[in-house]
Amino acid sequence: MTLPAVSPVGIRFENIDKRYGGLYALRRVSLEIAAGECMVLAGRNGSGKTTLLRIAARLVRPSSGTLTFLDNRQGAIAELSQTGFVGHATMVYDELTAEENLLLFAQLLGIAEPAARAETLLAEVGLTDRRKSLVRTFSRGMRQRVAIARALLNEPSILLLDEPATGLDPQGVTWLAETLRGMRDAGRTILMSLHGESEISAMATRAVRLEAGSVIADTRTGASLSSILTFAGA
Amino acid sequence: MSLFSNTAVLLGKELRTEFRSRELLTTTVVFILVVVVLFSFTFDASSAESQRFAASLLWLAFLFAASLMLQPCFLREQSNDTLSALRLSVKDPFAIFAAKLSANTLFLLLTELLMLPVFSVLFNVPVFPVIGRLVLVLFLGSLGVSIAGTALSAISAQARMRELLLPLLLFPLLAPVLAASTQVTVGLLDATPFMKWKGIGYLVIFDVVFLTALWLFGEYLLEE
Repeated sequence: MTLPAVSPVGIRFENIDKRYGGLYALRRVSLEIAAGECMVLAGRNGSGKTTLLRIAARLVRPSSGTLTFLDNRQGAIAELSQTGFVGHATMVYDELTAEENLLLFAQLLGIAEPAARAETLLAEVGLTDRRKSLVRTFSRGMRQRVAIARALLNEPSILLLDEPATGLDPQGVTWLAETLRGMRDAGRTILMSLHGESEISAMATRAVRLEAGSVIADTRTGASLSSILTFAGA
Repeated sequence: MSLFSNTAVLLGKELRTEFRSRELLTTTVVFILVVVVLFSFTFDASSAESQRFAASLLWLAFLFAASLMLQPCFLREQSNDTLSALRLSVKDPFAIFAAKLSANTLFLLLTELLMLPVFSVLFNVPVFPVIGRLVLVLFLGSLGVSIAGTALSAISAQARMRELLLPLLLFPLLAPVLAASTQVTVGLLDATPFMKWKGIGYLVIFDVVFLTALWLFGEYLLEE
C-alpha cells in the first residue's frame, strides 16, 4: 500500500477519568503519544483499553481531564477530522454491500472521488470480487477487512484500532501488519489494543499496560515491550 | 451544505436498507391493518357513531404503528456499532437525526396512505373528497410523531428496558400532536367537511419547536 505523507499528529491524555456510575473505567490516565508513534495498549479484559480508544476517537467524553491533539511542534490542533477508528464491532451495515458501505462513508466524509476511493480500498483489502455482496453474507474475517477499509477511507493521520486482528486468518493478519507498517512509515500515529504478541505487535514502538483503568507500565524497549504484551510478570 | 448532502446520503441509506429488508413497512402495515379491522367490528358502519369516533381510532392506530416503527430506528445502529461510524463521519450530527426522521415520516406517511382506502370502506367515511387537506394533516402529524419519536428512540436505545421506555415516554409527549391531529381530522371527516386551521397551527408549532430542540441538543443524545 503506497500512502501519501501526512502532517504527523500526536495525542495527549491529561488526567483522564471516566466513570460509569460509581465504577471507574479509567483513573487519572496521563499519556502522550508522539506524532508518528505506534503504541500498543495491553491489559486484561475490562482494564480500560477500549474506553481509552473511544475517548481518543471522541466517541466518549471523559468524566474529567483533557484530550489534546498535537502537531509536530507540540502545538494543540483545534479541529481534527482525520481519525480512523476500528472498534470491537465491525461498524458497517449488514444490509449494504461492501461497496455500498464504503461509498456511503466516503460520501459522508466528503471524499472527492468516493467511488474511486472505495474501489481502491476494496482492492487493498482483497474484496474486489465480493464488492457487490451484502456484508451479512461475509465471514467475520471478511467483515473485519471491510471495517478496516472503512477506517482508512479518509487517509487518517491517527489510526485507533481496538483488537484489529479479530477474525482475520493468518494471511489477513500478515496483510494488516504490512498495511499498518506502511502507515507507520508514512508518519501516521497508531494506537491499538492487542492481546499477546503477533506480527502486528512486532511493529509497535511503544507498549503501555493498563490495569483497572490505570497505566501500570509504559516502555519503548524490546524485552519490556514483549513482557507487557504477553503479561509476563503480571 | 454538508448538513444537506450528508442528510441526503443518509436518507438514501435508510430507504435502501428498508426497501431491501422490508422489515419495518411489512410489519407495520400488517399491524395497522389488524388494528383498523378490529376497531371496525365495534361500530355500525352506517351510523353517525362511526363518523364521530373514526378520526380518533385512526390516529390511535397510527400511534401504535409509529411506536412499532420507531423502536428499531436507533436500535438497528447498535448491533454493529454503526452509530459510532456515523458520528465519526458526519460533520453535523443533526444530519443523522434529519435523515432518520425524514425516513420515519416517509414510512409512516406511506403506511397511512395505504391504510386510508381500507379505513374509508370499513368505517364508511368518505376520505377522497378531502384527500388533499387530509394529507396535509397526516404529514404534519406524522412529522411531529417522527421528530419526537426519533429523539426518544435515540435515548431509549442506550437504556435498559428500552422496549418499555420508548412507548412510556412517547405516548405522553405526543398527546398534543394527537389531540390536534384528531381534532382537525374530525372536521375533515364531518358530513360537511371543514378545516380547523387552529389545529394545523398547533401542529406546525409543535413540529418547529421540537425540530429546533433536536437541532440544538440532538448531539448530546448520541453520546455514550
